Formats: sequence, structure tokens, C-alpha cells
Amino acid sequence: MATSFAFPSAQEYIRFLPEMILIAAGTLSMALEGLAGDGHRRGTAFLAILAILAASAGAVYAGANPGPAFSDFLIIDGFATFFRLLILTVGALSVLCSASYFTREEADSGEYYALILYSLAGQCILATANELIMVFLGLEISSIATYILAGYLRNDARNNESAIKYFLLGSFATAFLLYGVAWIYGITGTTNLSGIRAAMAEPAVASAPWIVGGAAALLFVGFAFKVSAAPFQAWTPDVYQGAAAPVTAFMSAGPKAAAFAVFIRVFLTGFHGMGDRWEPVVWASALATMVIGNFAALTQQNIKRMLAYSSIAHAGYVLVAVTAHSKVGTEAAMFYLAAYAFMNIGAFAIISHFARKGEKYVRVDDLAGLAARQPVTAALFTVYLLSLIGVPLTAGFFGKFYIFKAALDSNLIWLTVLGLLNSAVAAYYYLRILVVMYFHEPGEAVESATPASFGTQVVLWGSAAAILALGFFPSLLLDFARQSATLMR
Amino acid sequence: MNLLDLLIALPAAGFLAALLIPRSSENGVRMLALGLSVAIFLLSLGLVGPVSAAGGGRHFETNVPWVEAPSIRYHVGIDGLSLWLIVLSTLLTPVCVLISWRYIDKRVKEYYAFLLLLECGMIGVFASLDLFLFYVFWEVTLVPMYFLIGIWGHDRRIYATVKFFLYTMAGSVLMLAAIIYLYTRTGTFDYTVIQSLLATGRLTLSHAEQAPLFWAFFVAFAIKVPLWPLHTWLPDAHVEAPTAGSVMLASVMLKMGTYGIMRFCLPLFGNAAREFAPWIVACSLIGIIVGALVAMVQPNMKKLVAYSSVSHLGFVVLGIFSFNQPGLDGAAYQMLNHGISTGALFMLVGMLYERRHSLEIASYGGVASVAPKLTALFMITTLASIGLPVLNNFVGEFLVLQGAALANFNWAVYAATGVILSACYMLWMFQRAFLGETPEAVRRHVGDINMREMAAMAPMVILMVWMGVWTQTFLGSIGAANARILEQSKVNVEYQVREATPAASGAQGVHGGN
Repeated sequence: MATSFAFPSAQEYIRFLPEMILIAAGTLSMALEGLAGDGHRRGTAFLAILAILAASAGAVYAGANPGPAFSDFLIIDGFATFFRLLILTVGALSVLCSASYFTREEADSGEYYALILYSLAGQCILATANELIMVFLGLEISSIATYILAGYLRNDARNNESAIKYFLLGSFATAFLLYGVAWIYGITGTTNLSGIRAAMAEPAVASAPWIVGGAAALLFVGFAFKVSAAPFQAWTPDVYQGAAAPVTAFMSAGPKAAAFAVFIRVFLTGFHGMGDRWEPVVWASALATMVIGNFAALTQQNIKRMLAYSSIAHAGYVLVAVTAHSKVGTEAAMFYLAAYAFMNIGAFAIISHFARKGEKYVRVDDLAGLAARQPVTAALFTVYLLSLIGVPLTAGFFGKFYIFKAALDSNLIWLTVLGLLNSAVAAYYYLRILVVMYFHEPGEAVESATPASFGTQVVLWGSAAAILALGFFPSLLLDFARQSATLMR
Repeated sequence: MNLLDLLIALPAAGFLAALLIPRSSENGVRMLALGLSVAIFLLSLGLVGPVSAAGGGRHFETNVPWVEAPSIRYHVGIDGLSLWLIVLSTLLTPVCVLISWRYIDKRVKEYYAFLLLLECGMIGVFASLDLFLFYVFWEVTLVPMYFLIGIWGHDRRIYATVKFFLYTMAGSVLMLAAIIYLYTRTGTFDYTVIQSLLATGRLTLSHAEQAPLFWAFFVAFAIKVPLWPLHTWLPDAHVEAPTAGSVMLASVMLKMGTYGIMRFCLPLFGNAAREFAPWIVACSLIGIIVGALVAMVQPNMKKLVAYSSVSHLGFVVLGIFSFNQPGLDGAAYQMLNHGISTGALFMLVGMLYERRHSLEIASYGGVASVAPKLTALFMITTLASIGLPVLNNFVGEFLVLQGAALANFNWAVYAATGVILSACYMLWMFQRAFLGETPEAVRRHVGDINMREMAAMAPMVILMVWMGVWTQTFLGSIGAANARILEQSKVNVEYQVREATPAASGAQGVHGGN
């Protein structure tokens, strides 16, 4: 802990650059919203994209100057840089496919993009937090913005339901997290992760493993909620289904990646010493998450709900990598979260576009015959779905491969076998979308479909290109993940 | 880039090219697919000379890194076993293009694109020498076949294609787990490196490791074969697939399973393979007999041929698990024979369907009087399929039975009943469909085959005779490859002791330690 106060150096501000850019741009777009008339709304989306690009450049620049910032409250290491860039990519893709959606819903306004930028700032703080109070702050900044985003279409009943559920359950989970932080502070006298790690080794603390275990369990509840891991996944389907499709795309990739980042950082640094104790808990949670997600998805008729359950299942795969609690496991989780972001945002971008005003067409059957009328869109969707299934030559396949390889390296044989069988079960519901798109005759929803907007096209092609590029040359990303996977302690 | 790499790359390039051709020029896609697949076939004949001349060993090897870490390599190469399966794949692709020429009239460009992608996957499966690469190609074949059945199939195509995909996927994920486990033990996916580790004793797989690894590989392959009782996806997939899909499925994709058993299960887990051989042989014998009996009562031609495949593939598995040279040679030869004769049967049934629009045997009768050339071809194919001497199946079945008899005489006795039963169901179908009274509907709709269909059938019939008479064209190189596999399957095997002194086997109580 810092004993005396000192003004932060310029170096430390540089390490905090992305967050500052995002917050400034978010506030600017709120202000501009008031100043500009109705005709200038496109400008805020553009501003948001620019801010995200600038923040990404800032993240790269900050990554080149690694080290702690603000009395060890934040730490900028490769791991943080990887997740910052991932989160910012998710943000950019979400913004690109939001513009046309909210224009269609007649709800295009600057505050939407401001909220996205704030949420991204919170997630970037999560990725860099080296301190449990910062974890809490980052989580709240990210979550509160996301709660509002979930209910953004305020005249839509489903949006309201989604927001209120997310808010109530989310606050409850955060309370658990905060209580865990309080316990940790009570036991160790510090909230700094390296400090916790050091305190864990002391005989006084090591002799009372159940109290530390209790604190770890409380933190686990908070993180498990945020990554929608069983048994705290129940909110996910309702919230994802109710929120506007581009928001769901954002929620399922951005906040989830950030939550996993902090989950991994806290459990692999602070609680690393007691890995053998928490491993069985995460093991059970990983298995339950995969099983619940995949089996519940089998019977869904609504695509958003199906993809919500699928996102639970994918969180389960990442938890398998966390269970491995090794460097290889961390690399695998990082690769997988990136791969998942591309395939999931691609899929949600298609839904955002296809659903039409008021999200009229969101059933699986509405996609009937899409391949006959819009073969290119259907082919792109096929790429995402094959990647979600985990067919070779897609990013999803290498993601699964790295995760289960990490699990086998850590001798988790049963979890690997059960996880792989789960991924075969998952093939069924993804195939259903393919079946409907390719093997059914076009229905009313497809006949009335229009071509996607430019922003959506960019997202669709970009995601597909990324998935195939990583499917053929996984080293492009894995090398970056490998260099970044060593957590700075 | 040698000839083999070219053979893998060309169909993939064709897949992309077909997708880029405008939708309106359907004939352009057809011509591209035909021209390219014929060219690939002719090129693949270039593999035959060098491999046959040199005997055993690997040829046309390419070994370059693909992913740095974990080390995944693009490592391909062929021996006598892979050679002929690759040639079979490259032969059947243009044949399939020909028989689909008129029948496929919707989404033409996707159809031929998928057919070429399938060819790429199949050649890759037979050429891969890296376990990871093998898995990739193995899964890649799944996608085009899924669409071939699902888009261009018959009424229950969706049920059939989803069942096909899920069955295969469920089996192959376990294989993936086993492949990764081998990697954690050896640090490489390279099959040749793993083999040399085994051969030099630097890698020994204990009994506790071998059994689950063997089953993880074997179940994936057995589903593909398909071995009774894992065969239930096959009749559905065959009946619902378009003709070319059935031909590709029966002739080549099923062989991926038996090829995998020979290439990987025997050399890697020889011990477990020998230990479980009695059970597997029992399954294959049940498959031979049950498949034949079920085929006999089928009213639907395609279903009949599909169940006959279950029976025929039982022979192949029986031959493999006889663990001797004639058994393996017979199995490998029978893989090719079944590809030719059952492929031809599916083509002929497809031609009948295009004319009469029915697969029910009862809808036909007296076809001989209206389509004499088609009848003659069907007769030759039937005779080949039931194992008439001078035609191809006879040689393979004989070798398999010989191998089985050497291992255990009773096996050969049971398997031989399958040969008899096959004569019953095939000839009975021929009699009902082609002889006797000619109903009005058949007279009106069923015409004789045209030049295009003749061109597709001609290589099949020629091969039936060639493979029945000049067996050394094929068996020389196959035998050399099999001898190596047999040799490798004796490494890391506790049973060596027992084999060397069969009389003492009862007394050898200690097999546990390694």
C-alpha cells in the first residue's frame, strides 16, 4: 500500500490513456447531443468509432509502456492490453451494427453511444484493475451503463423487463462481490492483489483456509454472475432476449470478456496459492454451465434466446480453461473469448438487421429459405455457426482445441471428455439454424428482407474474415495471447 | 509442391472458383466441375507409378509447419493403402458430376462447389500424416455432405442429414480428445514421429492408456464404417441423399472409417486392438449377417443397397481384425471393390429413379424388355456385388475369408453365410425389378441409358473386371503397405509372447505389466 501521497507521473497517465479517451468522448457526445439538431445524429456514431480507434491506439501505446499506475491500483501488462483491445474491438463492431438498427427503431441518439463508451471504459478498467476496489469500480461503471443499454428502448416492454432483471440481479451479485472484498480486507488488511497473494502465504492466514475460502467464494459468486456461469446464469436468457439485438451482441461479448479477464486475474494472482481448493468448485461450475447452456438451447424457438443459452455454454468452455489454472489455460481462454466475440457479434449483427422494426422476426423459423434469397448473408451466417459448432478451419475450432488441450495438460480428463461431448450436443441447435436457412422454402420474413446497411456489412465481412483467418492461421492471435498471458504480479 | 499437394489444392481451388461463377451460367459450373475433376483424376494416376514401383514406404511427402505452437504440421504422404483410396475418390468425383448433370437442377453452383470441397476433404483424409491435419480433413468432409443430403436429398432429408452430422460429430470429438492426449504424451501430432517413438520404445502406452485411446479412435471410425450396432444413420442418409451423395458416401466416406482403423488404430494401439478383437469381430459378424437379412426384406432399392453396405463393410472389419496379411489385404481390396460395385449400384438405382421416380422395387418389373443396356449393366454389377469369380468382390471376399479362417475358422464359417445371403437378396431384387411382366408405367417412363450415363458407368464396369482378373495391379502396393501396418501393430504389444508360442498361451498368465 502506498504510504505517502504523491502525484502520479505522466507515465501513469499514459497507461490510463484509453479510459480517459473513452470517458472524454462519451461526455462529449452527450454534450453534442444537446447542441446538435435532429439531423446530426449520425455524427455521434462516427465520433464513437473514432474514440474507440483512438482508445485502441492508446491501449497499444500504453501496452508498450507496461507497469503499474496510480499507486498500484491499475496494472498495465500484456494481459490487460490484450483484453483492452478485445473489448474495444467488440465496442467498435457493436457500434457499427447499432446505427441502422436504432435509426429503424427511431431511437438513434447520442446517449446510446455515450453509454457504450462509458461501459467500455469500465471494462477497460476491469481489464487493468490490480486492486479489488478498482475491480468493484470498473464493474459498476461497466454494469450501470449496460443496465441502461439493456432497457434503452424505453417504450418497449421487453427492454424494460430485461433492464430491471439485469439491474436487480446484477446489484445483488455485486453486493456479494463487495462483501467478499470486505472479508478479504478484514483477513489480509489489503485490497491489492499482490498484497493478498503475499498475505495468503503468511502462517496466520494460511492456518484459517475456510475464512479465505469463504471470501473467495463470495468473489466467485460475483464473477460467476457476470460471466453467466452456473448456478448464477438464470438471468442471461431473459436479459439477452429482451434487450435490443445490438445491445445483446455487445453484452454477450464485451462485459463478458472483461469479467473473465478480472476473474482470471483475481483467481490466478490473489488466490493462486489456493488453486487446489477452488479448482473443484470451478470444475463443477464449468461442467454445469456447459450442460445447462447446451441442453436448454436445444428446445429454443427464439434465436436470441437460443444464442443466450449458447453464450452460457461458451462461458462454460472458457471456465474449463480457467479450471486448468495454468498459463496455457489463460492463453486458451484469451483466444477463445476473442474468437467467440467475432462469431457471436457476427450472428447478432445478422439478427439485428433481419429482425426488422420492433424485432418482429426473431424466431428460428423466420430465417426459412434465407439461402435462396440472400445467399451471401446466409453463407456468412454459416461461417459463424460452423465456428460456434467448432468445425475445423474456423476460429471456434482452434478456440475449443486450445481450451481442451489446456485441460488435458492439467490432467482434467473427465472435464475434457464431457466438454467435448457437450460440443457435439451443441451442434444440434446450431445446425437447426442451418437447416432452416438452407433446406426450407423462403417464408414471408425472408421475402421481405432488405440488404444490410453498410455498417452491418462491415461487421459481417469483418467477423467472417477474422474467423476464417484465425481458423487457418491461429498463430496470428495465439502468439499475441501467449506473450500476454503472463500476469504481472 | 508435389503432385499430392496439387491434388489437395485443386479441388479446393475449384470450390472457390465454382462459388465465383455467376449463378446464371449453370452449364459453366457443370463444365468447370467436370473438366477439373477429370483433370484431377488424370493427375492422380501419376501417383500410381512411383508408389507401385517402390513397394512399401511413403511417397510424395510434404512436411511444412502450419501452426508453430502447439506444433501442427501440414504433413502429407501416401503409401499403397492410401494411393488407391485417393484414386478411387478422384475417379468417383467426375463420375458423380456426370450422373448429376441433369438430375440436379436447383442451386447448381453450390452443388458442384460442395462436391469439389468433398473431394478435397477425402483426398486430404487419405493423405494426412499429421493427426491434427487428419482430424481437420475428417471434419471438413462432414460439411459438404451435410449440405449435399440436406439440400438436394429426398423427402426425409433433413432428419437424415442432421442424424448423419451428429453421429459423426459425437464420434469424432472423442477422437479429438485422444489426439490431444497423445500430444500431451509425445509433444507432437506428427504421426510418423509418434510411430518412430513407439518403434524405438521411447514411447510406451500402458494398458490403462491404450484401452480408452483405442476406443476413442475406434468408435469415431466405427460410426463412419458403420459397424453394427452404430450403423443406424447409414440407411437414412443413403436413402435420402441424392444419387451422387449416396455414391460418395458409400464408395469413399465409409472407407474413411476402415482406413482410419488400419492406419491408426492398429499401429498405435496394437495391444488394445488385439485385446478387443473378439468383440469387434463379433460385431462385424453380426453386421454381416444382420445387414444381409435386413437387406433381404427391404422393399426400397436404395435401402436394400444401404443395408448390403453394412454387410459388406462387416467383411472389411473382419479382415482387419484377423491380424494377418491375407486378412488386411482382403480388407483393403474389399474397400476398393465395395466402392466400385456399390457405387455402381447406387448409380443404376439413381438412373431408375430419374426415369420412374420411385425407389420401390414393387414399382418396377420387366425393365429388361425396355432397357436392355441398363439391365445388362445392372446384371454385371449385381454379379460383382455377390462375389462371382472373375469379378472384383470375389478376390476381396476370398482373401478376407482366408484371413479370418487363419485366425479362427468359425469366423470364416459365419462370414461365409453373408456371401450366400448377398446372392439371395441381390438376385431376388434383380428378378423382381428387371424380369417378368412389364407394367404400363415402366414401359412408358423407363428408357435405356444414354451416352452420358454410359460414360459414367463404363469405368466402373471396366474396373469390376480388371480388379477381378489383374489383381496384382493393386494388391502389390497394398500388400507392401499392409505388411508395414502389421509390423507396426506388433510394437508395444504384450501379446507378442502369446503369438510366438500359441500352445503356451494358457500358461502365460502375466500380461498385466508393461
